[in-house]
Amino acid sequence: MYTQGLDQAGKDQEAGAETPEHLEAFQKRIDAEEKIEAKDWMPEAYRRTLVRQISQHAHSEIIGMQPEGNWLTRAPSLKRKVILLAKVQDEAGHGLYLYSAAETLGVSRGQMVADLLSGKAKYSSIFNYPTLTWADIGAIGWLVDGAAIMNQIPLCRCSYGPYARAMVRVCKEESFHQRQGFDIMVSLCRGTAEQKAMAQDALNRWWWPSLMMFGPNDANSKHSAQSMAWKIKRFSNDELRQKFVDATVPQADFLGITMPDDALVFDKDSGHYSFGEIDWQEFMDVVAGNGPCNRQRLEKRNKAHNDGAWVREAAQAYAEKQAACAAA
Amino acid sequence: MSRDEAVIAYVLRLADNALILAQRMIELVTAKPELEEELANANFALDFIGQARMLYSYAAELEGAGRSEDDFAFMRDGNEFRNLLLIEQPNGHFGDSIVRQYLFEAFYVHQLDALTRCKDQRIAEIAARAIKEVRYHLRHISHWLIRLGDGTDESHQRVQASLDELWRFTGEMFVSDEVDVAIRDNLAGPDLEAIAALWKRDVEDVIAEATLQLPEDQWMARGGKQGQHSEHFGFLIAEMQFLQRSYAGASW
Repeated sequence: MYTQGLDQAGKDQEAGAETPEHLEAFQKRIDAEEKIEAKDWMPEAYRRTLVRQISQHAHSEIIGMQPEGNWLTRAPSLKRKVILLAKVQDEAGHGLYLYSAAETLGVSRGQMVADLLSGKAKYSSIFNYPTLTWADIGAIGWLVDGAAIMNQIPLCRCSYGPYARAMVRVCKEESFHQRQGFDIMVSLCRGTAEQKAMAQDALNRWWWPSLMMFGPNDANSKHSAQSMAWKIKRFSNDELRQKFVDATVPQADFLGITMPDDALVFDKDSGHYSFGEIDWQEFMDVVAGNGPCNRQRLEKRNKAHNDGAWVREAAQAYAEKQAACAAA
Repeated sequence: MSRDEAVIAYVLRLADNALILAQRMIELVTAKPELEEELANANFALDFIGQARMLYSYAAELEGAGRSEDDFAFMRDGNEFRNLLLIEQPNGHFGDSIVRQYLFEAFYVHQLDALTRCKDQRIAEIAARAIKEVRYHLRHISHWLIRLGDGTDESHQRVQASLDELWRFTGEMFVSDEVDVAIRDNLAGPDLEAIAALWKRDVEDVIAEATLQLPEDQWMARGGKQGQHSEHFGFLIAEMQFLQRSYAGASW
């Protein structure tokens, strides 16, 4: 059922073709803000970087359905249930859309999915944290989608055309999600003392992992410089993280809840908030597979895939019978 | 039972069918065999919740006791729900949930069709909107039933077992009680005997195309329409209502 035969496409472009002239001409196009399209010549490393980034993004959408799906059956009103279900559906749609964008670079969805299922491919570590209360659904929308938007809006101007165009649509939906999440937080913070405590607890647990979503500090970010030169990336990790903190702290003030960071303070001279040191050991642990839910997330994805094997086989067999009938 | 009481009871049955089926379907989110099916499943569940909300709101207006859609969904006990037993059956495997949804929607589409012509304008309007959604669901679901039936030996056996297992819950759809009779006689509502014949014709066609066997006539379970549910229904309700029940009076 997955598109087959795409895995070979990228290999037609021999490494030997990467002459200095080719590379220079490519960089000139990038510098002139031209969009690179699927059939255009591109350096192999550019292609690989994009495949890694776009497929990780797609996987994050798919795995991200789990922590939120965890509260679908328990959503506290029919309106909230509809909003959450539509959001989770959007994420499946984003996954589909992004897998298609990655396929334009010569890798099949089947291969990407296999890499996710085997644990070879990465996805955003934030989804390895558990959703323990309803307030977590608010916090994810507000903080996680908020951080994702900071990361993703510049991607609408990414040098690779198919990814840039996919991101325009994804970003529109993400900004809805962010507002819906904040709306949950507003309801909780204006609600009973128990509800407000629930909101504060969610903020305590999601704040630091949200800051980690921007990736390592610039000094330790191994892919950043080249991605910036290729205009896949437009801002550094630390720049985006600062932007997020500056935008989010006043929102917490509005809600009347507090960031779990004693070092957080507004610096009048710079006009930015300065904040405490991120626990990079925790970040590395979660990336390495030792977050609270890494195993659970992958097991669930594998179970769905394995449980569905007989269904996909049936659909394939039926399609073949129909094709044989049509040919006869 | 007064005329208004019958209408409220009938509207709540429709709403409960839609909500409880949606609740079962959203248990399956992230468990589907294919990403495209995640989108379809969520889409159909959204349609059902949308229908339930319109119907609960109408029931609340008719009742005039200040209840909201959420009061009906979250603050009634299990024995106050009037959905069919078929709807609440556990998801099982992909084939089980396809058969459950097909058998119900093959009935629901004719029920809605009759309701588009009923004398209660509001019900007719809701039915006219819902039937468009349900026709589309049926096309998708019946294609899956055919694919599974006429797919591999394994899928054929599995989905035949699903059909055999769930068949005993189909009889209840066509058993009229005083609510059904009141809607039929007072509002020109559905005639369940006529719908049974249409349902049987449609189901026989799809089952034949799926190369499956129609289950034999058998004893039929009933009780959902009167609030007598299966044991597992209590767990479904408990999970759905947990927040509303635990934090009484809170708004979300």
